[in-house]
Amino acid sequence: MTDFLSLFDAALFNSVFRFVTPVLLAALGGALCERAGVFNIGLEGLMLTGAFAAVVGSFFGGSAIMGVLLAVLAGAAMAALFSLFVVTLRANDIVVGIGINILSVGLTMFLLRAIFDVGGAFQDPAINGLSRVNLPFVASIPVLGPLISGHTWIVYGSWMIAVGAFFMLFKQAVGLRLRGVGENSEAAATLGVKVSKYRHAVLILSGVLCGLAGAQLSLGNVTLFVDGMSAGRGWIAVVAVMLGRAHPLGVVAASFLFGFTDALGFRLQGLEFPSQFTESLPYLVTLGSLFVFSAYRRRQRRKLMS
Amino acid sequence: MIDLLRTLRAPFLSVLGALAIGAVLMLATGHDPLEAYAAMASGALAGRNFSNLAATLARATPIVGMGLAAAIAFRAGFFNLGGEGQLVLGGLAAAVVALTSPFPAPVTLLASIVAAAAAGGMYAWLAAFFQIRFEVPLLISTLLLNYPAQSFGSYLTNHPLRDVPSGMAQTETLPAAVELPALVAGGRLHWGVLIVLALALVIAFLVSRSVGGYHARVAGLNVQFLKYGGIDTDKLGYRVMFLSGAVAGIIGSIQVLAVHHRFIDGSLTQPLYAWTGLMVALLARSRPLGVLVGGIFFAAVQTGGFGMERATDVPREISIVIQALIILLVAARTRFEFGKTAGAGGAA
Repeated sequence: MTDFLSLFDAALFNSVFRFVTPVLLAALGGALCERAGVFNIGLEGLMLTGAFAAVVGSFFGGSAIMGVLLAVLAGAAMAALFSLFVVTLRANDIVVGIGINILSVGLTMFLLRAIFDVGGAFQDPAINGLSRVNLPFVASIPVLGPLISGHTWIVYGSWMIAVGAFFMLFKQAVGLRLRGVGENSEAAATLGVKVSKYRHAVLILSGVLCGLAGAQLSLGNVTLFVDGMSAGRGWIAVVAVMLGRAHPLGVVAASFLFGFTDALGFRLQGLEFPSQFTESLPYLVTLGSLFVFSAYRRRQRRKLMS
Repeated sequence: MIDLLRTLRAPFLSVLGALAIGAVLMLATGHDPLEAYAAMASGALAGRNFSNLAATLARATPIVGMGLAAAIAFRAGFFNLGGEGQLVLGGLAAAVVALTSPFPAPVTLLASIVAAAAAGGMYAWLAAFFQIRFEVPLLISTLLLNYPAQSFGSYLTNHPLRDVPSGMAQTETLPAAVELPALVAGGRLHWGVLIVLALALVIAFLVSRSVGGYHARVAGLNVQFLKYGGIDTDKLGYRVMFLSGAVAGIIGSIQVLAVHHRFIDGSLTQPLYAWTGLMVALLARSRPLGVLVGGIFFAAVQTGGFGMERATDVPREISIVIQALIILLVAARTRFEFGKTAGAGGAA
């Protein structure tokens, strides 16, 4: 028992923030799409594209900033493609989402070999990783300091983006219109809101956020690219959107749950648990959380009916 | 005839469009697209004694099979994204039975295939159970279930069932008698090809001629109508998902019993059989015979990709890019009815 409790130390909680960030950023993007009435299951592919572009940008641009910039651009470009098919050409969003995910897998594998002439993974000292930011004052707080300080700026940025998304959605006119587009697009259109413009905008924004998520994966958590390195995190983000009911703060809570299990799994691996079990932990917890969520929803519905 | 031409127009134009975009990508990375596509065609179809065509047909076997598995579920409005997990569990079940069965070889062979169908079917059934009983969206649950299944296969081949002397994550070789033999001694085509062909014909017949198939088709179009007609749609959902998973499981057993003769970690997931099959099902709009044709075509693109890489240095992964582009372009021209039925399990 003491062994088990000793897992919950500062290092674990510190790593939680690293694991949370990619899921959180992608889920925030997904939540905005959901609010505008678009079901975005391409988050996984957008994140993978971002992770690859980040490594390319950092390698050739010579700095992590260039990597992040290219990741954001590539994520946005891939999302624009999604948007072109779903919004402009009115194709089925699930089919296009699957198409975007597979396209991202193929394109990153193809370009990895075409550009770097290696297959599977690319690691090179010329890839500049994101540096850790030591927050002044905060770092010197006992216990809490080491937890919160010492992450990449994308980690801190993701928290600000979550707060920003909350204010944009619920305190600004643009957010009201965006929610109107999702809840009743015809009514919104009648009032002069350009529905497709809003949908294009949130989709591209979700690409930007997934690009950041990918950059955190390939330049923050590690400094390399591996084929398929998003490893289902985009799908977990889709679930985080559902659990958080597309509310930025709900999404933060859901992402922390998943980030925590991810970190715990990583930690358990050090304790001679077979890695195959700890690897599947996040997916099982995600699935379990969907049960709890649907049970809660059913009880609410029953309460409404009685 | 006009109707057939009309249904074929969207896939045909999509293929042309995807090849054109692929050509742009090759030019951008400094390759000659004409030379590459010529190498791709010969890599898919030619070779000495048409050996490349045989390779294409061998590769088409799991792709068509996984396409059928996906199509069964799609047609009834269930978005089964869990083919990968069902395929892996099927392969594992077949390998475990083949390695441990005390029965004579022919019985063991049959038992392995049945066990594979049961394992894949039960895993898919589980997702249907989650959806019907607990309202957990099938689209998400099937996808999430892929990861534990892969890890499970990885665990078994790394620990309890590992063939230690080989130094690889794989089980021991199956007993020589327990295999699906080659059709022609030494050839690449095996009995699994015929099993998949038979599956395609049987499923096509069931979908278009049987009562259950009719119910499944109607469920895909309008599940409310079916309920109104007094049909137990929950039961239908369980059956459809079990069948879909069972086909995926059988495909896993074919790869294990006819191609690898053991379970090798990652050998069923790395070639993206499940995802390619899923794309084929979308391309063929879940028509079983369309899946057959589309699956052979996608297999040709992939084996052609290997030939292209040998001849021209263009990375073979371009085939995945071309396939995904085909699906995107088809999606733009086809109305899919997913998401309108209970089973699709779209956004919560």
